[in-house]
Amino acid sequence: MSCGGVPCKGASGFGKVRFPGGCVDGRSCAALVSLVSLLSGTEPGMTTPSSSLPNSLRSGPDERGRFGVFGGRFVAETLMPLVLELEEAYRAAQADPAFREELDYYYRDYVGRPSPLWFAKRLTEELGGAKVYLKREELNHTGSHKLNNVMGQILLARRMGKTRIVAETGAGQHGVATATVCALFGLKCVIYMGATDVERQKPNVFRMHLLGAEVKPVTAGAGTLKDAMNEAMRDWVANVADTYFLVGTVAGPHPYPEMVRDFQSIIGTEVKEQIVRAEGRLPDVIVAAIGGGSNAMGIFHPFLDDADVRLIGVEAAGLGLDSGKTAASISRGRSGVLHGNRTYLLQDKHGQIEEAHSISAGLDYPGIGPEHSWLNDIGRAEYVGVTDQEALDAFQLLTRTEGIIPALECAHGLAHVMKIAPEMPKDKIIVLNVSGRGDKDIFTVASHLGVNL
Amino acid sequence: MSRIKARFEALKTEGRGALIPYLQAFDPNYETSLELLKAMPAAGADLIEIGVPFSDPSADGPTIQAAALRGLKAGATLGGVLEMVRSFRETDAETPIILMGYLNPIDSYGPAEFCFDAVQAGVDGIIIVDMPTEEADLLDAHARAAGLDIISLVAPTTSRTRLLHVLKDASGFVYYVSITGITGTGSASQAQLEEALPKIREATDLPVAIGFGISTPEQARAASRIGDAAVVASALIKTMAGTLSEGRATSKTLPAVLEQLIALSAAVRA
Repeated sequence: MSCGGVPCKGASGFGKVRFPGGCVDGRSCAALVSLVSLLSGTEPGMTTPSSSLPNSLRSGPDERGRFGVFGGRFVAETLMPLVLELEEAYRAAQADPAFREELDYYYRDYVGRPSPLWFAKRLTEELGGAKVYLKREELNHTGSHKLNNVMGQILLARRMGKTRIVAETGAGQHGVATATVCALFGLKCVIYMGATDVERQKPNVFRMHLLGAEVKPVTAGAGTLKDAMNEAMRDWVANVADTYFLVGTVAGPHPYPEMVRDFQSIIGTEVKEQIVRAEGRLPDVIVAAIGGGSNAMGIFHPFLDDADVRLIGVEAAGLGLDSGKTAASISRGRSGVLHGNRTYLLQDKHGQIEEAHSISAGLDYPGIGPEHSWLNDIGRAEYVGVTDQEALDAFQLLTRTEGIIPALECAHGLAHVMKIAPEMPKDKIIVLNVSGRGDKDIFTVASHLGVNL
Repeated sequence: MSRIKARFEALKTEGRGALIPYLQAFDPNYETSLELLKAMPAAGADLIEIGVPFSDPSADGPTIQAAALRGLKAGATLGGVLEMVRSFRETDAETPIILMGYLNPIDSYGPAEFCFDAVQAGVDGIIIVDMPTEEADLLDAHARAAGLDIISLVAPTTSRTRLLHVLKDASGFVYYVSITGITGTGSASQAQLEEALPKIREATDLPVAIGFGISTPEQARAASRIGDAAVVASALIKTMAGTLSEGRATSKTLPAVLEQLIALSAAVRA
């Protein structure tokens, strides 16, 4: 393999972050992504089939779609044949080099991958401890990590001959990403969004309309992500023949948690290469915010077997972990079954699902991806909570120190970095996944700061 | 012999299919739904399905969603539903009772404890919307030990090969979800039912109940003849909801639902 005729060495450049002697054009850098995957034993955005990694934490799920006791396929019989068909189609795509090539092409020339890994110098100085690097997923087309997954699934939907796409969305980032690829490929697109979220994420709702999607506000329940998910499932069950359900996070019935993780794993695969190039070693800590957990799973997964790398998932504690108004499913939930999978859920003692609360619409969900539940139980990843207020403070800090306005979702991750970085020696390294940009949140933030826009 | 088996055998001798009305427990409150439950057999119910309210009924349409919410507001719990069945059994030892709901409240109650307590209370079968055959091992052994039938669901999307797989260990009866969709939103045509049923019968000797989208007496009659039973749910709940005043039962509530049930039953028996 070569980069534009020059043999590729490990130290070659990676797209937007250019290094002397490296690949500077997009094409050769895509080749590099493939090289990296070859070296690390994985393909970007797609992991090796489970059976080939018997002693690895990366080998899940099992053939029943389970990570330990979590996951599975808890769907109505009407959907069961579709879920099985989807798994078959995904396996076929995984085995087809043409699918891989097509996905790489769109990642590079449409999504804008790879995304840079930025050393946040002023933030690091401000916190006075460990070096903080930011994985810049907010620079992807549509402004978040969501497009990584959507790009993969839309190519799969096209292979399956589906002509209508339905999706659920919380903050609207997944809805915008889905509407975007539907525009790109001329597919009909219906987005379910809780009525509360429609109200607090107006810019994204308008973007979806511009992109030609139909946005259906859901008034059931609290009108947030959980209710949108219910409604999307109802649509799918009623339109099985032509419709593809494009799930936005690492949850739902098998194979969604695995598939979404695989597509998002390009984040961690790139980080591994980028941090080694910048620092000559792997990071000490990786931090990511968690709603359903797709950006976290994407950055964690390639590091699961690197035992020295601490993985920290940050859940939205809302008004506080013990306030009763929280979205921290692992910290305050227990095992249950919802939306097709077994996982940690916020629920009452009778098994009724509780409404989550978070200032961030993208984290406002009473469940979490099943692989996270498993990683928590086996102790491979840690899960902590950050409150609305801490996230608001972090939002402003990153904006002022680095000129990066983060989404309120990843501001939760940053708030935890603000707690741990000052306690760590200066030669330690933290990588924070900046999963989305915060333009969509300025109205929410303004109102909390008492500013009327 | 189980109540379900005995009832279907008796109806076979009578030469007709069954009518299975549905009510949501605790809708709009415990007392009203218990009173309705107790009055249903005399109004023509051959078996009765009781919906267990769940916060996230993702296979249900607006009518049953609203009923579940009213039930939860009135304090419905799985334990409370079992209490309701226990009370029903004080005066009715024969009408089979089938609970229909979602897995999480049962998972939370404890699968083994639930199967035991349900049978103790007088429940005969359970339909769990989000527990396909692939996940049924969570409950299977406990249900078998307790003598509780897990009613298998099949749908228009279930292929011939899959029917054999799904119905391999089925018990009680088979529930045919006759449309691809949520409850109370559309109906299968008679021709569609006539095409679907023989395929299901190839895979099982159990009675087949047809549900989803059956609202009129004519539809109930057709379904009970093409299949072995017709389930009517949303249509009855819609009637009940129409009689409520600010979410509360009125003097019209029971008579209205029972009148509709009598009309459905007359059609099935005609």
